[in-house]
Amino acid sequence: MHDEKANTEDTILFQPIVQTGKRFYITAMVLLLIIIWAFYAWIYQLRYGLGVTGLNRPVFWGFYIINFVFFIGISHAGTLISAILRLALAEWRRSITRAAEAITVLVLFFGVANVLLDLGRPDRALFVIKHANFRSPLLWDVTSITTYLTASSIYLYLPLIPDIALLRDRVSGWRRGLYRTLALGWRDTEKQKKRLNRAIAVMAVLVIPIAVSVHTVVSWVFAMTIQPMWHSTIFGPYFVIGAIFSGIASIIIAMAILRRVYHLEDYLKPIHFNNLGLLLLVMTLLWFYFTFGEFLTTYYGAEPTHLSVFYSKISGRYSVEFWAMVLFCFVIPLIILSIQRTRTITGTVIASASVVIGMWLERFAIVVPTLSNPRLPYERGLYHPTWVEWSLMAGCFAAFFLVYMIFTKFFPIVSIWEIREGRESALKEAEKRIKTYLPGKVAEIETARGETK
Amino acid sequence: MPQWGMIINLDKCTGCQACVVACQIENNNPIPRPEEVAYGRTISWMEIIPVIEGEYPRVKTRFIPRPCMQCDNPPCIKVCPTGATYENKEGIVTQIYARCIGCRYCANNCPYGVKYFNWYKPEWPKEIKESLNPDVPIRPKGVIEKCTFCNHRLQKAKEKAKAEGRELAEGDYVPACVEVCPSKAMYFGDLDDTNSQVSKLAESRRAFRLLEELGTKPRVIYLSEGG
Repeated sequence: MHDEKANTEDTILFQPIVQTGKRFYITAMVLLLIIIWAFYAWIYQLRYGLGVTGLNRPVFWGFYIINFVFFIGISHAGTLISAILRLALAEWRRSITRAAEAITVLVLFFGVANVLLDLGRPDRALFVIKHANFRSPLLWDVTSITTYLTASSIYLYLPLIPDIALLRDRVSGWRRGLYRTLALGWRDTEKQKKRLNRAIAVMAVLVIPIAVSVHTVVSWVFAMTIQPMWHSTIFGPYFVIGAIFSGIASIIIAMAILRRVYHLEDYLKPIHFNNLGLLLLVMTLLWFYFTFGEFLTTYYGAEPTHLSVFYSKISGRYSVEFWAMVLFCFVIPLIILSIQRTRTITGTVIASASVVIGMWLERFAIVVPTLSNPRLPYERGLYHPTWVEWSLMAGCFAAFFLVYMIFTKFFPIVSIWEIREGRESALKEAEKRIKTYLPGKVAEIETARGETK
Repeated sequence: MPQWGMIINLDKCTGCQACVVACQIENNNPIPRPEEVAYGRTISWMEIIPVIEGEYPRVKTRFIPRPCMQCDNPPCIKVCPTGATYENKEGIVTQIYARCIGCRYCANNCPYGVKYFNWYKPEWPKEIKESLNPDVPIRPKGVIEKCTFCNHRLQKAKEKAKAEGRELAEGDYVPACVEVCPSKAMYFGDLDDTNSQVSKLAESRRAFRLLEELGTKPRVIYLSEGG
């Protein structure tokens, strides 16, 4: 294993860890400044209360809850996609799973952070455990997100172990100690490999229902209420689809950035973007199907309270956000991703950026119009987010980018051992597997083609 | 256990807002700045909702005084993650300020919009601050508050009746809004007591409840106009 070739091979994947350039520090400093600014906004909010936001009665929820749903949605990128691709034995997954899984774990913290930002009394956040009322969908959220964070952290960590061991044997200084501890005595033996592969397979299966449950429960926070256009049975699957949709889009964007910054052209090839682009296209169509179904049902049923929310989106105060959402979530990605000529790296990245913006607008179009149009005819709500909300949103994005950048400085963002495993055995295995699809027994096909073992 | 309820006779209501003011003073509601009022941050447990029906020339305006409906099946208490809002044995939906985490989920699930949030630390002009009602706690910033049917008055009435060695009688306990109503449009009492005025009025053919199709079972019952 540790021959000359193995040592020089994949050096580019170790590069970000052993060497850090000026550009990294400059970017980190800029992000840090944004985070400090957001921190100031947060202190300001803590001091004066939620009155410094644009929230009011009846629009009790705004940016923070929108961002909560948005970030939890993004987190469906990694674990779910990576688990599905692993279980489906999609060979092209090898160079993208790590980048995706890291998004999941890291972005989840910002989902949770936004709930804390939204609380009037963040000092009492732990009351949800101390005085837990399990009738509340918020408690279901606490439960499923905690489970998800645990499971996806394990799912990120397990495939990291062999890579951490590789790093342990490469670096010196204080980091060597860190990697030695984290590598858990990995020596790359057959027995260890077998155990690890089994553990990864078990986690991949476990993590799928957990991921589905998380976004279902997030949707239920809205769907369990009796508010018009929230109280909808379609919300569970609609949110799961939306989450995977924005998740895939964010993987594509992350991959494109990593490819450029760390020169991973040889690992993240146009074919990866093409394949993920096709998945994104499927999700685009599914998203439209759900959205269309939801709006047509509301329109046809024509209940006045539902219609007032409906029209505030279609032609009323929130029509700009609504139609921008349709443009960004459906029209732009559909056109770019349907045409093979535009399904390039640049094309998929543009489509993905469009989807991420569109999905943020979707969450806005779900949260705000319903609250602005309450059942009883008193004055309609207005919502104008303030600098505090914008700052905290910018801060969350900046902090996520920063922790993701730091992650790439400690761990290989492309799974090295899985790439090597692919090189060594995947081709043979794939050939063998394809043979099992064909009529007749594997051995017979081989003899028929004049092959000998 | 008495089940407190309220009857509001819309025929008698003149929309004068006396109940609104009485409620704010009784319950130490903060006085927000004008720009906060314009932005929908007034805390007023009792409100008069103007309902305009029809189009010109056949326009009809109704004034509906709206306290908390004290639902018997309250949507707000189900969704509270910490059990800070609950229905007590006498049918009053209350809020524990010390347990509320300020997530505002209850406010979003109340179809009547009776849940109010403390966007800031409550403020009063100096003169009013000196005459706040000592029976009602001041709420901190960041928690939800709501109409309690002047629960503190019930506690006082109970103590008084006990000191006098008698049962609680009808009229011993009424909320501030009912007490102050100049046209006597509001009635208050035990809905379970078949002899009480409220339970008799609740049987009226004019009786209706707000958004009763939602199945929230309000304990505030209206008598429609034209009686």
